[in-house]
Amino acid sequence: MAVLTQVEKQEPRGTSLWLSKRVRERVGHLVLHLVLIGVGVTFLVPFVWMISTSLKQSGTEFVNPPQWIPNPIMWTNYKEALLADVPFLTYMKNTLIIAVAVTVGDVLVTSLSAYSFARLRWPGRNILFICVLATLMLPNIVTVIPTFLMMRYLGWIDTFLPLIVPAWGGVSTLGGAFSIFLFRQFFLTIPRDLDEAARVDGATPLRVWWSVMLPLSGPVLATVVIFDVLNSWNDFFNPLIYLDSQSNFTMALGLGQYVIGHSGTLYNLEMAAATVMTIPVLVLFFVAQRSFIGGIATTGLAAR
Amino acid sequence: MVRVARRRGGMLREDAIWGWLLQAPVIAGLAVFVAGPLLASLVLSFMDWPMLTPPSFVGLDNLNTLINDPFFVQAIGNTAFVTVISVPLYMVVGLLLALALDRKLRGISIYRVIFFLPSQLPAVANAIVWLWMFNPNYGLVNWVLGIFHLPMSSWIQDPGMAKPALIIMGMWTTGTTMIVYLAGLQGIPAELYEAAAIDGASAQRRFWNVTLPMLTPVIFFTLIMGIINTTQSGFTTTYIFTAVNGPTATETVNGGPGNALLLFILYIYDVAFVNFHMGYASLLAWILFLIVLSVTLINFKLAGRWVYYEGQTGR
Repeated sequence: MAVLTQVEKQEPRGTSLWLSKRVRERVGHLVLHLVLIGVGVTFLVPFVWMISTSLKQSGTEFVNPPQWIPNPIMWTNYKEALLADVPFLTYMKNTLIIAVAVTVGDVLVTSLSAYSFARLRWPGRNILFICVLATLMLPNIVTVIPTFLMMRYLGWIDTFLPLIVPAWGGVSTLGGAFSIFLFRQFFLTIPRDLDEAARVDGATPLRVWWSVMLPLSGPVLATVVIFDVLNSWNDFFNPLIYLDSQSNFTMALGLGQYVIGHSGTLYNLEMAAATVMTIPVLVLFFVAQRSFIGGIATTGLAAR
Repeated sequence: MVRVARRRGGMLREDAIWGWLLQAPVIAGLAVFVAGPLLASLVLSFMDWPMLTPPSFVGLDNLNTLINDPFFVQAIGNTAFVTVISVPLYMVVGLLLALALDRKLRGISIYRVIFFLPSQLPAVANAIVWLWMFNPNYGLVNWVLGIFHLPMSSWIQDPGMAKPALIIMGMWTTGTTMIVYLAGLQGIPAELYEAAAIDGASAQRRFWNVTLPMLTPVIFFTLIMGIINTTQSGFTTTYIFTAVNGPTATETVNGGPGNALLLFILYIYDVAFVNFHMGYASLLAWILFLIVLSVTLINFKLAGRWVYYEGQTGR
C-alpha cells in the first residue's frame, strides 16, 4: 500500500492522438520484435560460429570474410578431436559416474534435511537453516585449500571421492544449500494433512519422507537432478585440482586441457570439442526447460 | 481430545529427536567441509606449508609477504575493476531483457530460451568459443568491427583490453539474472498496476512507482549474489584465457598479458595449486572472504534505505 500512496494523481492521458491505440500498440510490438531479434542474433552468433568452425577444413577457418557454411564440411573433425586425440569415451564415463554419484547423494541428503526443516519442530531449527543458507554466500575458495589438504591426507587425490563425498554431506560446493532450499520451498506447498495423517497412523518421519513427500516431489526432483547433473558436467575447478591422470579426467577438464595443449592452432578441432560439451546441455535444456527456469526463479524469489 | 493432544505432545518430543537425526548428514557435511576448513584456513594463514616439508608456524610472516606482494595489489585491482563494472552492468542488462520479455508477445518464449541458454553452458566451452571470437586476426568480433570501420583490438592479448573483453563475454551469460528478474516482475500483483492505471499513472510512472519499488528485493538479491559470484566465477574463463597464452619469461604467475587477467581467484589458485604455498594462499583466501563479507554486510546495512519489503510474506 505504501507504494500506491506514492502514485500521485495525474490527469488521464490524451486520447485524441492521431493514431488509434491499436495501431500504436502494433507499432510498439514491431519495434520490440526488431530489438529482440537484434539482441537474439547477437546471442546466437557465437553458437553458429562455433558449430560452423567445428566443421571447417583446417585452414579455411582463417578465410576472410568468414565462411558461414563450411566448404567442404568436415565431419571427420569430430572423429579426430574426440577419438584420435583424446580418450573421449573415458572422459564421458568418468563424468557420468561422478554426476550419478553426486546427484543421488545430493537428492537423498538434501531432501531429508529439507523435510526436517519444513515439517518437524526442533530447537535450533532456524539457526541451522540460516547456517545452511549462509554457505550460499561463502566463497568456495576459502574452504578449498584445507579441504584439498584433507583429501590429500586421506589419499583421495586423483580419485573421484573429493568430487562426490561433499555432496553426500549436503554441501557439494556447487549447490547443496540450493537443493535444500528448493526442496524446503516445495515441501511447504504440500498440504500438511497428507503427511500429518501418516504420522498419526504411526509412520516414522523417515518413512513419511520416503513414502509421502518424495513421491509428491516430481517437479522439484527434476529441477535438483538437472542442476546436479549440469554442475557435474560444467565443473572445471574441482576436477582441475583433484584429478591428475588423464584416465580420470572429466569432460570439462579433459577438453579444457586439450584446448590448452593445442592453443591457437587447431581452431576447428577446438570448436568441435566445445560443441560436444555444449550439445548435451542444449538437449537437457530443451527436454526440461521448465525445471531449469523454475529452479532459478524460485531461488531468486527467495529474496522476497 | 485428550488422547489426540497427548499424541501431539509425544510427537513434538519425537520431532525434536527426528529433526536433528535427519539433519545428521548435513551437520556432518557442514562441520567437515565448511566450518572445519574455514577455521583451518585461518590457522594456515599463520603457517608456511610448501607441501614438500611439514608445515611450520611463521606468525605474521605471511602478512609481511602480502604487503610487499605486487601481484596481490594487481589481483585485487583487477577483481575490483571487473566487479565494479560488471555487477551493475549485468544487473541493468538482465533487467532490460526481463522487461522486454515480460509481456504477451508472439514468440516470446523463443527469445527467453535464446537469452537464457548461454548462461547454462559449460564455462570451459564458453571460454574456448570466446577465445576464438576475440582472436585478433581471424576472430568474429574484429571482423564485425571492421565491417563498421570501427577500431579493432587484440582483445585478450592486449593488457588494456583483456578485462573489457572478459566483461563483454560475461554479458552473454546474464540469462540467470534475467530469469530472476522475470520471475520478480511476474510476481508483482496485477492489482497494483490496475490501481495505478485508474489513478491515471503513465507507463513510465508505473515503472518508477510500482515496478521498481516492488522489484527492489530481487534487485538486492542479484546485487549480493552478483558480487559474491563475480569474485569466483571468473576462474575458468581466465584460467583458459591465460593458460592458452602461457606465461612469458618475465612473469612468474599466469595472469595473461601484463597480468591484466590476474583475478584474485586465479592468483589464489596459482599460489596454492601451482606454487604450493598453502599458508600464504590461505591468507589470501581469507582476505578475499573478509572483503566479500564486509561488502555484503555494508549492502545489508544500506538495504533498509532502498529495499521495499511488502508486509511480511515469509513463512
